[in-house]
Amino acid sequence: MNSTSQFLSRDLFTAQTFDSEVILARFKQAANWQERYREIMLLGKTLPKLDDMLRVEQAQVRGCESNAWLYHAQIDDLHYYIADSDARIVKGLIALLLAATHGHSSESIAALDINAYFDELGLTGQLSPSRTNGLFALATAIKAAAKIP
Amino acid sequence: MDVNHLREQFPALAQTLGDYPLCYLDTAATSQKPKQVLDAINHYYQQDNANVHRAAHQLSSRATVNYEAVRDDVRDFINAGQREEIIFTHGTTEGINMVAHGLTAQIDPGATILVDTAAHHANLVPWQMLALRTGATVVPIPLDSHCRIDQQAYAQLLQQHPAIVALSHVSNALGTVNPVTQMAAQAKAVGAITVIDGAQAIAHLTVDVQAIDCDFYLFSGHKMYGPTGVGILYGKYAQLDRLTPLLTGGEMIKSVTFEATEFNILPNRLEAGTPPISGVIGLGAAIKFINQLDKAAMVKRENELLTYLQQRLLALGDITLYGAHDDNIGAVAFNLADEHHQDVGILLDQQGIAVRCGHHCAMPLMQSLNIKGCCRASIGVYTNVEDIDRFIDGLISVKELLL
Repeated sequence: MNSTSQFLSRDLFTAQTFDSEVILARFKQAANWQERYREIMLLGKTLPKLDDMLRVEQAQVRGCESNAWLYHAQIDDLHYYIADSDARIVKGLIALLLAATHGHSSESIAALDINAYFDELGLTGQLSPSRTNGLFALATAIKAAAKIP
Repeated sequence: MDVNHLREQFPALAQTLGDYPLCYLDTAATSQKPKQVLDAINHYYQQDNANVHRAAHQLSSRATVNYEAVRDDVRDFINAGQREEIIFTHGTTEGINMVAHGLTAQIDPGATILVDTAAHHANLVPWQMLALRTGATVVPIPLDSHCRIDQQAYAQLLQQHPAIVALSHVSNALGTVNPVTQMAAQAKAVGAITVIDGAQAIAHLTVDVQAIDCDFYLFSGHKMYGPTGVGILYGKYAQLDRLTPLLTGGEMIKSVTFEATEFNILPNRLEAGTPPISGVIGLGAAIKFINQLDKAAMVKRENELLTYLQQRLLALGDITLYGAHDDNIGAVAFNLADEHHQDVGILLDQQGIAVRCGHHCAMPLMQSLNIKGCCRASIGVYTNVEDIDRFIDGLISVKELLL
């Protein structure tokens, strides 16, 4: 994963916001897997599409069958991320990860039990290291970027 | 035999994933195992477990007899000339590495190694490594626009008098079949050593290595209803005997002093260390399982199922098939519109449908198709029409969500 790219301003990082409570409520209302995955894709659409210039190898997260790119910035002791993927569902799953970490403190991110969070969303298993969707690698990269030095 | 009766012999097929019964269409990655294979492995560990070829006691004697009997079963199964031409390996990948390593001393700098563009990485990377060791060059055999080997280009490449021609019998990613008998004869005519990866063919076709007349033929147990961790390297005796052993150590020696070691004769010469005994026993049971089927009927039924699968996919619309022909074996490769293959795979998995999504260990093939990857549905002896219908219904749901 890359640190802040010269092409990404602070404003771009802080522009993205997530309403975690709304997201959680919508997932809890989802009656079946179709609705859950529809929500995932809608959420993915809220993430920006990275320019080819930013879809570079240094920003790529390994362990994904699809391509995924992650940028991080620390602003006023809070952590912000910009991420993208060429697969829509993976992108939505990344957005779910960011909804629980974006704009949070190091302590908050370190304390987050991502497996429990996905269980709560009704997505048990998607985060397992055995999956090729790369979410485990992404979660690891998100946490690593927010580590207290 | 009735397919539904056959299915009952595969315990892993009778499971439910969430709300959905398992729909297993990933046999090309690994087949499910019938009960008689599981029982044979269990019986070996419970009754006969001992190391082979050290028969100072009855248990070892029994294990050795059973282990060596499978060598004869494999010989018959692929019609090899003699039992010493059957080498037990841990799988196709190991076997090809054994051949590529073993040929090192026979390859001159400047030699050419022709490799099928659709080859699995296991039948490409070992040749690249051999080229690095020897100064040889790996040259791809191009495909035509239908994903079949361009036979004109192949004939032209043979004019370079390649040292080795490495082919897949059946492409793992696409299911296309290569005319290996004809191609091996052409290669032989220019003096090339022929190596054929039969991993995707062995469970679906009757393989006759003497009829193909190749120098080496390789396959894995786990793709033919047997266990993982066991495979076969077939080679013509003279060719096997010239290979430098990749692995040295116990079992493969005749005499050892600190000054020098004399190797054993075939097949032991190429089977260093304790072999995968339980795997070999399981492979023997898998061969018995296949032999008890009506092979001609099986081939016909699998062909009809695959054709049905191809037709239903095409009828769905927004589907691109890659290299789909009516003589393909076991697998169909596709993409749904411009959707990422992984998204399609995740959504099929939500419905209990197991397919493979990715580059299928054939990145050069994906590059030649100009795609990042694709989905592959693959069938086996236990696949039925309901599996195909379930899969198509699943894809309809995926389409509704994605398109």
